[in-house]
Amino acid sequence: MTAAIEIAHIWKYYGDYPALRDCTLSVAEGSCCALLGRNGAGKTTLLRILAGLSHFQRGTVRLFGTAPRTGETRRRTGFLGHGIGVYEDLSARENLQFFARIADVPNARGVVSGWLERVGLERVADMPVRQFSRGMRQRLALARTFLHAPNVLLLDEPFTSLDDRAIHMLSQLLVEARARQATIISSTHQLREAMAIASHVALIENGRLRFSGERTQAMLDDPALLYRLHAEPGAA
Amino acid sequence: MREKLTIALAAAGGLLLVYDLYQIFLVLPDEAMQGPIYRILFFHVPAAIVGMVGYFVALVLSVLYLSSKDLKWDSLAASVVEVSLVFSLVNIVSGSIWARVIWGIWWTWDARLTSALVGILIFLAYLMLRRAIDEPTQRGRLSAALCIFGCVDEVIVWKSIEWFRTQHPGPVLSIRTGGGHMDPAMERIFYLNFLAILLIATALVLIRTRQEATTREIDSLRRLAHAM
Amino acid sequence: MKAFKQAFSVARKDLALELRTKESVNAAGAFSIAILILFSFAFDPFSEAIHELAAGLLWLTFAFAGALVFNRGFARELPNECLDTLLASPLAPSSLLIGKAIGVFFLLLLVEVVSLFVFGVFYNIRWWLHPGELALTCALASWGIAITGSVFGALTVNLRLRELMLPVIIYPLLVPLLVGAIEMTNALLGNQPFTSYEWLWAKVLIVFDIVFTSLAIALAETILVN
Repeated sequence: MTAAIEIAHIWKYYGDYPALRDCTLSVAEGSCCALLGRNGAGKTTLLRILAGLSHFQRGTVRLFGTAPRTGETRRRTGFLGHGIGVYEDLSARENLQFFARIADVPNARGVVSGWLERVGLERVADMPVRQFSRGMRQRLALARTFLHAPNVLLLDEPFTSLDDRAIHMLSQLLVEARARQATIISSTHQLREAMAIASHVALIENGRLRFSGERTQAMLDDPALLYRLHAEPGAA
Repeated sequence: MREKLTIALAAAGGLLLVYDLYQIFLVLPDEAMQGPIYRILFFHVPAAIVGMVGYFVALVLSVLYLSSKDLKWDSLAASVVEVSLVFSLVNIVSGSIWARVIWGIWWTWDARLTSALVGILIFLAYLMLRRAIDEPTQRGRLSAALCIFGCVDEVIVWKSIEWFRTQHPGPVLSIRTGGGHMDPAMERIFYLNFLAILLIATALVLIRTRQEATTREIDSLRRLAHAM
Repeated sequence: MKAFKQAFSVARKDLALELRTKESVNAAGAFSIAILILFSFAFDPFSEAIHELAAGLLWLTFAFAGALVFNRGFARELPNECLDTLLASPLAPSSLLIGKAIGVFFLLLLVEVVSLFVFGVFYNIRWWLHPGELALTCALASWGIAITGSVFGALTVNLRLRELMLPVIIYPLLVPLLVGAIEMTNALLGNQPFTSYEWLWAKVLIVFDIVFTSLAIALAETILVN
């Protein structure tokens, strides 16, 4: 299998603080990599670099052989950050229609209706997002992320603040995405959910990549195993 | 090497300036029409040219920074803008004093005065923008963009306001007029003083760039310390 | 072509949001009217001198009211990290910038139309005598304000001192544009058709618009992406 995402020796500084130090990671096409690590370890920074939102000082990043931020890369990428990335004063339908238009999705109207149904928002589709509950917003954000059928998914803490139903929905979406050979990188602290879907795991600590490799049965049985084996001594 | 160059330039500029001052104030006679005040010209015009040229040098440096992402060009651009601003201020203040004596007013809205003032305002904003940003790469990127817009705007101001009836004296140097407007002895001192001011400006830029380089070095040492 | 379609989608979205919340248009409209009222106390509104001051007064009002509009342009994208979402999406940064400017442009025109009516009533000035030329002046100058406001709104969106930095940067840059708009409007308010002098200024405005728009497209990526 070819590598969809290739990260080689990247360094990223905020001012003079190195948020990423010499990180090297390669993710095969069609695999799902769970990016683990504590708060402030550098998971978000890495995802933002892959999404083309952040420049880095040293190293190289390639998505399907091209640099992040090219039009082509952005077209095949779906990014879900900490913010839900939808407008409070537009309705769910208007939000999705806007994002479908800028992504040039064919048959936007139909696709949007399909997604509204898929995430269970069809009955509130014309209500402004301002009036949505947290779970509803999160589901709308999922629809927004998957709308243009991206084959690279960059998800930052996607399970946070999801209810059971939405967690099931997201898991289902990720399984389907993998079935069509999409590559997924998802940061998380929800170990159990992440492990269940992941084919690979990577652990970041203090901006350094401590471990990366296939997810084993042992990790599934004991999600904290990875931390015990590879985390920086004393960091726990 | 660089330090020696700075000292050499500053020394040469200083010595030349002393000679020029002697010539300007003690040797050259008063001008027939304007009397003693014409001597401001020896400082006013070189300061204007150094200021304006500096902005466009900063434009080139900003483009170099954006294409190479090398912070060296960014520091150099910032240093050049700072020094240019000082000379622009010299230019505008000396011009104002001259105008008060000759025209009886401190200020008039003519092409050169307006574009000089707009330039000062734009590049003051440039320095303020730099102060408002801590991240070096972000600072370089955004201030380079402002520098490009600023220089282009400066050209538009200059070209457009030129159509107003201009009150400012026309060119007097023989390279612009073909000779006959200025006494050759005066013109010689003018060029010498221009050279002196150019040397001093260059020395100042080198000193500022060195400070910027030191700041960057401290930054990167701190980065290294964090990384260890 | 696709870039234009994307830009229009952004503008359409911004105008829909503005129509729903009316946050910047209300503020800018109220501000313009307040300024026009205050000026009527500063100068005798029925003296002859007002004809010479009127154009300047109008354009300063538009320029300052414009700040309330373009200030919101990119600030609107900050909640929910919408700006990041847009930058990571297939939308080209240049289309985003142009789309924002188109949105600001229409809002500015709206504020200008409202102010002109108020202005006509308060100052007894017949501004509608040369509608074609007035529309041209407003369109050219408003596009210049919109594109400059959007570029520097984008440039300052992540800064601590955003609201302070924006006017400090914008107004010196707008000098040639505003001088031109004032010169052109001066003639129109005095019921003079454009002479070659005003057409010269129209050319300055066109050059300003073209140059700033091209620079905005060329530098969009630099300005928007960290």
